[in-house]
Amino acid sequence: MSAPDHLPTMAQASPWQRLEPHVPLLLIPVLALLGFLLIPSTSSWLTLTVSGLAMGMMIFIMASGMTLVFGLMDVINFGHGAFISVGAFVGVTVLLGLSGLTGAPSLWLNLLAVILAITAAALATGLLGLAFEKVIVQPVYGYHLKQILVTMGGLIIVEQLILVIWGPDEIFLTRPEALKGAVTFAGAAIEKYRLVAVGFGLLLFLVMRWMLRSTRIGLIVRAGVENGEMVEALGYRLRLVFIGVFVAGSALAGLGGVMWGLYQEVITAHMGANLMVMIFIVVIIGGLGSVEGCFIGALLVGLMQNYVAFLEPKLALISNIGLMVAILMWRPQGMMPVVKAK
Amino acid sequence: MSEPAPQKAPILRIEGACTNIAQYHILQGVDLEVPAGAVTMLLGRNGVGKTTTLRTIMGLWRAHRGRITFDGQEITALPTPAISRAGIGFVPEDMGIFSDLTVEENMTLAAASGPLDSARLDWIFAAFPPLKTFWKKEAGTLSGGQKQMLAIARAMAEERKLYLIDEPTKGLAPAIIATMAGALRDLKAQGASILLVEQNFGVARMLGDTCAVMDDGRTVWTGAMADLADDTSLQERLMGLSMETA
Repeated sequence: MSAPDHLPTMAQASPWQRLEPHVPLLLIPVLALLGFLLIPSTSSWLTLTVSGLAMGMMIFIMASGMTLVFGLMDVINFGHGAFISVGAFVGVTVLLGLSGLTGAPSLWLNLLAVILAITAAALATGLLGLAFEKVIVQPVYGYHLKQILVTMGGLIIVEQLILVIWGPDEIFLTRPEALKGAVTFAGAAIEKYRLVAVGFGLLLFLVMRWMLRSTRIGLIVRAGVENGEMVEALGYRLRLVFIGVFVAGSALAGLGGVMWGLYQEVITAHMGANLMVMIFIVVIIGGLGSVEGCFIGALLVGLMQNYVAFLEPKLALISNIGLMVAILMWRPQGMMPVVKAK
Repeated sequence: MSEPAPQKAPILRIEGACTNIAQYHILQGVDLEVPAGAVTMLLGRNGVGKTTTLRTIMGLWRAHRGRITFDGQEITALPTPAISRAGIGFVPEDMGIFSDLTVEENMTLAAASGPLDSARLDWIFAAFPPLKTFWKKEAGTLSGGQKQMLAIARAMAEERKLYLIDEPTKGLAPAIIATMAGALRDLKAQGASILLVEQNFGVARMLGDTCAVMDDGRTVWTGAMADLADDTSLQERLMGLSMETA
């Protein structure tokens, strides 16, 4: 008689089998510890770690929608960067118009300005996402090569529209008064804005996780990523869910674009396209369709980028490619792959 | 020869359904009636189109010719969610459970029209006790038999007019097959209409009221299950083997 081909039940699983799915989460402290050992100054390490986490949070915000869109409908959207750029331009335009609030020496007024800016950016990019899905993505469902070509075409068109509306020059901006400068902690200077970005990114991740784990729509999305056909056979219109996720993902990308603009203090029409390389790395190493994997991947990329740029600046450009190669050699489907039934 | 099965109004009628998958003509004119409140067995050798028939009914593959009527409504061109909401529960051959979701989440999702009914859940737990034990566990960690129990329980989570079940006993141990058969018998006792693809002739004989045999993408024989069960020469002619030797 042959052995059963099913996995053991949880009651029979060894401690390692129970721990194994969570190993990717351990990579973040392991990388931070490695950075601590290699970076000679503790204060520098702390500054770089907060910077890396802030960068990772922003990348996560921009990438999370893309990973869900791919997971749900197998759509490869190379035009995702367009939402980042448009979000940044809309948000910064709102911020510039609210100079009375951003220039005031009040944290609450400054935060109000930022919240209004990211809300406007999210709304604008959500609507753009709706149009993008209808006009560009919908006709090429199921055709990956065509998806790559037309979504890249969409990205180019949106970039050119930004140049037409906002002009060809990059726009420099300053952060609101209360978010300028740094706080000193354990001898390390930590920019206030980076702390805000870490806090906001973490909050957004927790909200997203709660939605995916504790609401019916979240259940449908998670199930749809795994087996869309069966979700439809249970009576749910996955197509509508996908449009909702596409719009939400576009809005998040726009929101992330504003945050990235404030982080860099400059925005360009091509910033979204430039970020796509990093976003693709995060989505791939996280495991296509996995929000948790995307979160861990983004933090790893952020930390790796900052540590390597400090230790060996010439290697900074390829550090994340190296990280991706290493992770894919370990787990070819990414760190937390979603079991696809399709 | 046994008494002819009582004539019941069909809840599902397929007329001349043809389905292509890529360049392959899988269904080439399926005619089938599923009487209301009865269990109809869909039998035939591997690769004759039984699974394709179920998937075509659900709209997962489209019939390019023919007509499918369910409960008086034509569903041939309806989208899959609309077919499901019309009252058809589907258990696919690969079970289609969501491995990353817990047993509870799988069941919650299966109750598409609202919260799970507690009395119905108790009935499901009575039929499949392991589901209660592993209620909070990820479905991917269940054994093959437990996954199959979950797949059927999911279809039972809400009252359906018709259940399409594709090989529920495939690859299962005899004890679990008995559990499955018991659950299906319960479902039948409640008056459910079932279209069941089954390779286990013992189960087919025990549960089936009527039967359709397929070959080469067509229905080649329909009648009472008892008639087929009693006629070994007919079994050999239609399926190439007899139930006694299977």
